Amino acid sequence: MGYKAALKIWRGDAGAGQLADYDVEVNEGEVVLDVLHRLQATQATDLAIRWNCKAGKCGSCSMEINGRPRLACMTRMSVFSPEETLTITPMRTFPVIRDLVTDVSFNYAKAREIPSFTPPPEVKPGEFRMRQEDVNRSQEFRKCIECFLCQNTCHVIRDHAENEGAFAGPRFLMRVAELEMHPADIADRREIAQDDFGLGYCNITKCCTEVCPEHIKITDNALIPMKERVVGRKYDPLVWLGSRITRRGAKDTPAVPGGR
Amino acid sequence: MTDEIKRYSYDVVVIGAGGSGLRAAIEARLQGKKTAVISKSLFGKAHTVMAEGGCAAAMGNRNPRDNWQVHFRDTMRGGKFLNNWRMAELHAKEAPDRVWELEAWGAVFDRTADGKISQRNFGGHEYPRLAHVGDRTGLEIIRTLQQKVVALQQEDAVEFGDPEAMIKVFAETTITELLSGDGRIAGAFGYFRDTGQFVLFETPAVVLATGGIGKTYKVTSNSWEYTGDGHALALRAGAKLLNMEFVQLHPTGMVWPPSVRGLLVTESVRGDGGVLRNSEGKRFMFSYVPDVFRPQYAETEEEADRWYADPDNNRRPPELLPRDEVARSINSEVKAGRGSPHGGVFLDVSTRLPADEIMRRLPSMHHQFKELADVDITKEPMEVGPTCHYVMGGVEVDPDTGAASVPGLFAVGEVSGGMHGSNRLGGNSLSDLLVFGRRAGLGAAEYVTALASRPAVPEAAVSAAAAVAAEPLERPEGENPYAIQGELQVIMHDLVGLIRRESEMKTALVELDKLRARAAQVSVGGGRAYNPGWHVALDLRNMMVVAECVAQAALERQESRGGHTRDDYPGMSPEWRKVNLVCSLEPSGPSGAVSLRRQPTPAMRTDLLELFDLAELKKYMTDEELAGLPGATETSAEGTH
Repeated sequence: MGYKAALKIWRGDAGAGQLADYDVEVNEGEVVLDVLHRLQATQATDLAIRWNCKAGKCGSCSMEINGRPRLACMTRMSVFSPEETLTITPMRTFPVIRDLVTDVSFNYAKAREIPSFTPPPEVKPGEFRMRQEDVNRSQEFRKCIECFLCQNTCHVIRDHAENEGAFAGPRFLMRVAELEMHPADIADRREIAQDDFGLGYCNITKCCTEVCPEHIKITDNALIPMKERVVGRKYDPLVWLGSRITRRGAKDTPAVPGGR
Repeated sequence: MTDEIKRYSYDVVVIGAGGSGLRAAIEARLQGKKTAVISKSLFGKAHTVMAEGGCAAAMGNRNPRDNWQVHFRDTMRGGKFLNNWRMAELHAKEAPDRVWELEAWGAVFDRTADGKISQRNFGGHEYPRLAHVGDRTGLEIIRTLQQKVVALQQEDAVEFGDPEAMIKVFAETTITELLSGDGRIAGAFGYFRDTGQFVLFETPAVVLATGGIGKTYKVTSNSWEYTGDGHALALRAGAKLLNMEFVQLHPTGMVWPPSVRGLLVTESVRGDGGVLRNSEGKRFMFSYVPDVFRPQYAETEEEADRWYADPDNNRRPPELLPRDEVARSINSEVKAGRGSPHGGVFLDVSTRLPADEIMRRLPSMHHQFKELADVDITKEPMEVGPTCHYVMGGVEVDPDTGAASVPGLFAVGEVSGGMHGSNRLGGNSLSDLLVFGRRAGLGAAEYVTALASRPAVPEAAVSAAAAVAAEPLERPEGENPYAIQGELQVIMHDLVGLIRRESEMKTALVELDKLRARAAQVSVGGGRAYNPGWHVALDLRNMMVVAECVAQAALERQESRGGHTRDDYPGMSPEWRKVNLVCSLEPSGPSGAVSLRRQPTPAMRTDLLELFDLAELKKYMTDEELAGLPGATETSAEGTH
């Protein structure tokens, strides 16, 4: 049942690093994280891995396995043949701290820029009434475990670090969509979705959706509908004219001051 | 650079960034205190994300008969009357407000037909009571609290020009020691994971919110973080641990494949209609209903099945007994040779609900079994067995404020003791985090406000803490910490596990003694930066002392109750209900020596006692205690309340 797997693992830190070779025992039913743990316990006690729940619920053990962004805890060894050499590297978009661990603080900074949930001030706790069909969409997005695999995959920042200031990435554009579709939220983030979070950079290649371990339809259900809403808000000539003449309608919510 | 100790000063330092820690930190910040949150992992990854089923709160949205009194009663019954009654009372009364508050902060719970928060059935709860989001309720709660912290930081950015002016999260930071001055908390010492640099937080108030001890066991649903850090920090700071013998084995963990053995299978599977069967296809739980619960549970499959649609006129299925009962029953079936192929029993929802309904209610479970075990739960049963899940024991605290016996020290959530007695009901943990998180945050803030002066951190204590933390890296030779951790987990699993006996626990204590000497001599290679071997070595110190407490208390308590089952003392004893077991560290003895003593349980207020029939109280209390109760002299007390 068991066999020895050949692994190439990136070892190093922000300064430099290289792939190191290891042979590690594999048993039936194991996932990549099990094998990394065995390596850690028996051959490389200082191998840096970030992990936590080992159940696909916390989104900590994101890495690239044979070039594909995945959660190590949800990647079964049985998807690879015993002869195959596994190459395991840290997420490429984020700076390396050590070995397979990267600095994901970019994501926490972006989260802080998005105006928070804004319920009507007159609704008191316990008084919210929302129908299931109206919360389904926000709930889909709230399944996100913040593994940041979508952020890692999106070519807007993966291949163009210079876009990091202007682009919040799929996870946080989806957060904007989640709040915009929340039936009890009264803020309007359409203008800043485009101007501050770079929704326009997304050219809907759906790479984010493909790597999402929670199978959230990020592109179809969050990003494209947000683009449609932004178009309605910013570029519809009648809406534009109306807002000039009457000065009515909901005010745009500004980006959070001091967020950047 | 790493030799330099980074210093910060805060009003309140919360150790732990799960549900209870974040709720405490939010409260301390709302009270105007400069607050730090120390997170062993990244922000938003804490163990709370693993909670699946829901958050118990008697909102009465699904059944208007529910109220705090019923919730209180269920909680006391679940804990076999050993709960700190005041905590159980506060918890039952305040849980609904805490859930509604989350909704106002952006949580999106599942809804009832009339647009309220939906509530689901769970073991030991008389009415549908658990607010939920599919089977990922913990994630929803942690994300909501995380986003509330961010919302507060956004307010602070406007007011102070710095989002972290009043509340800052220190991610991937571990506290290794609490420091005292003049017998009061003065600071917390630890290290940053990414660089290995040491850090000192000078603070008069520390809230422990570090969760549990599951990693001291081989088969557990707990993550790597659960190494009893807060329990050990509290002991070393001079505080006491209450009733550490009570460790909850969740009845349904995965049993196959081996690499995921212990991974949680939510109780919602049973709450939503799933049933347990043995290898003969029998719903065996009907044979295991204990006398104390007999009036509330169905005796036939027909009645049990009718209950889902008509709970007012039928009794509950025995699959929904409290967790300790179900775990023991599964164990008995497996021992009797009626287990499943991989040593568990069958949990089946596939023949009970249509596939699309299973997908809607239990999406994470479907995903988990499909991806990790190649089992489609809409088509076939799961194999499940008991897994170490939760420790009821913990830091002894004041119920109203979360204050421990050391001034300036507070504890909340799983690291605190008392609330759940000898066994926690499912769903009562998430609500516990919120109710007592708020109270501990308030308690800490009030303590800081009332201080005339702040204790100073003695420099000698800082250097001592730094020396202890650096030891495993500096020792040129020694054992591998992973190996010692593995041995510890086996000792606890084999000798202080689900079913306990005196001889085995005595052996465990001898083994732990030997292991402690070896654990003090581990050595790790590599440097300070993100070195997991070093982290394990430091966590090991905490795990050792916590394991010692569990083993000692388990040996002392000569009865079976909740999460403590003695083969040699199978009955529940009213005399023992009057006893709390309290662990502390011997200040004069050899380092790590745990001392154990008995302490009387606090007497319950009369108006709360009156919520129970005398007949029920008789199952738990001594004749002497009962004699003092109103109505005790009547010949028949049945139906008086």
